[in-house]
Amino acid sequence: MVRLERVTKIFRVGEHEVRALHDVDLEIGAGEYISLMGPSGSGKSTLLNVIGLLDRPTSGRYLLGGQDTTDLSDLEQARLRRERIGFVFQFFHLIPRMTARENVELPLVLAGVSPAERVERVDVALRSVDLTDRADHRPGQLSGGQRQRVAIARATMLEPSVLLADEPTGNLDQRSGRDVLELLESFNRKGLTVLVVTHDPEIGRRASRRIRMVDGEIVASETATAADR
Amino acid sequence: MITFGDVARLAMRSLRGYRLRSNLVLLAMAIGVAAVVVLTALGEGARRYVQAEFAALGTNLLIIFPGRSETTGGPPPLLGETPRDLTLDDALALYRCTAVRRVAPIIFGTAPVSWRGRIREVPIFGSTSEMMTIRHMTMASGRFLPEGDPHRARPVCVIGAKVREELLGNRPALGEIVRIGDRRFRIIGVIGSRGRSLGMDMDDMVTIPVASAEALFNSPALIRVLVEARSSADIEAARKGILDIVRARHDGEDDITVVTQDAVLSTFNRILTTLTISIAGIAAVSLVVAGILIMNVMLVSVSERTPEVGLLKALGGSRSAIMRIFLSEAIVLSLLGATGGLVIGGVGVFVLGSLYPAFPIAVPIWSPIAALLIAVATGLFFGALPAGRAARLHPVEALSKR
Repeated sequence: MVRLERVTKIFRVGEHEVRALHDVDLEIGAGEYISLMGPSGSGKSTLLNVIGLLDRPTSGRYLLGGQDTTDLSDLEQARLRRERIGFVFQFFHLIPRMTARENVELPLVLAGVSPAERVERVDVALRSVDLTDRADHRPGQLSGGQRQRVAIARATMLEPSVLLADEPTGNLDQRSGRDVLELLESFNRKGLTVLVVTHDPEIGRRASRRIRMVDGEIVASETATAADR
Repeated sequence: MITFGDVARLAMRSLRGYRLRSNLVLLAMAIGVAAVVVLTALGEGARRYVQAEFAALGTNLLIIFPGRSETTGGPPPLLGETPRDLTLDDALALYRCTAVRRVAPIIFGTAPVSWRGRIREVPIFGSTSEMMTIRHMTMASGRFLPEGDPHRARPVCVIGAKVREELLGNRPALGEIVRIGDRRFRIIGVIGSRGRSLGMDMDDMVTIPVASAEALFNSPALIRVLVEARSSADIEAARKGILDIVRARHDGEDDITVVTQDAVLSTFNRILTTLTISIAGIAAVSLVVAGILIMNVMLVSVSERTPEVGLLKALGGSRSAIMRIFLSEAIVLSLLGATGGLVIGGVGVFVLGSLYPAFPIAVPIWSPIAALLIAVATGLFFGALPAGRAARLHPVEALSKR
């Protein structure tokens, strides 16, 4: 599904070079549930952005579903993001002037799906995150947990292959955090590959595979046994 | 690929998000477009006014001035400065040209006109009966100068409405005897009021037979001859004929100037159309200013919505999709503003037209179209920079901006 080969990412900050990823090799299979942990600045978010095609590696190869993405044009990358990748952010990134329904609809709009078809698909998506009754509320009228559920509905709208969640519970209280995680896990059980970046070891432990990063390198990758969970 | 309708809908959506800013820009654009519409309508009105004035002069008209203007473009001499006068016989000889239908010689001067002790200095017009037909004049009462031999100096006169009022008050004028200079004339008609036409106020004039005027001013010199050609196709032939006849009579010298009504009219048309276009150009500068305002608003908007741009990219919006979303905001702004401006301009023209019914104000067909096109082009041009800036944003950096 996702395959990184010796991926390096170097940022230039003034005259200094910062090596955010250093020769990272990673293979993620379809339907996996992975947590990505590590201290701040260890390269977790950069790895997520590379996998999400928001950032290009400085060197190395990245194959998504067998396709080499390194040399794709902006248009082709945009299409891959739209069709194969879903994002969930710590700060939700909902558009405040739009209702929950319109926010969820946005990927369909960008994909050029006709308005008639959109209505039904948005209804289904909102139902899947149990927010049918909040469809016409704006983000400002929703709780944090509800906002993140809207974001998850938006991310899963076009049935992506991989869902990338960057600290999805970082801005939520414990209870709604757990709700959100359970929602993500329910999508995972239906076959969606989920990659969660987190600081929280408790959340990290829930994943079936835990990856630990330090200084731009993967230092540990362990698969949990059923007993751990 | 995102559809056109959705792009427009998203644009409207975000413009409503910052209403005051959008409205101010709309206002600026509307004022610019309204200015173009109203100013061009005024220019077009001026053109139509002049055209109507010339049409009122007569149709298929040629005007002969004594004297030859050597340089092109200069005004013909108002007073004959040639050794040889243009005379009544010259004018009557023009009937030999088949393209000529009517000829009206004109002698002009001023003389004191008196009636029962009231005296006024009045412009005196010496002409023939043809004058009335050529100039499309109408009579308020009585009749115009009698037909017959133009060389007969009959003691009759036709007076303008204003002269009648000032000299005779409300008393019936027909049949009264007035003294013009040292001669007595009987009033046989009053000219219907037709107002001022090209500086000649027919209401404030006394018309007498051309031979009487010759005697009164003691000079045979005509200051003008008005000639009506048989049709508009005959105007050129008439012009040639006139020049040939007068040259033959004046010992081979071209000492007259012939101006056709059409030529004068088209010159005025050209001048006034050019004027209108330049006024429109000046007004269009305000459209450019509005365009700069659009750019400003768009730049602020892009900077405020940077995380949103990052999100759109993460959701699969390509650079070109984001470019189109922001460009269409600029175009929607300029189109809405321009439409508002057309309405305001239309109302303005209507109000001016109602306030000054005599002035034929009219919006020339090209001006709203041009204003609309310029407005949209301005939106595109000044929207391109902010939209390009949004499209080039790096998604990760855009998303992390708070």
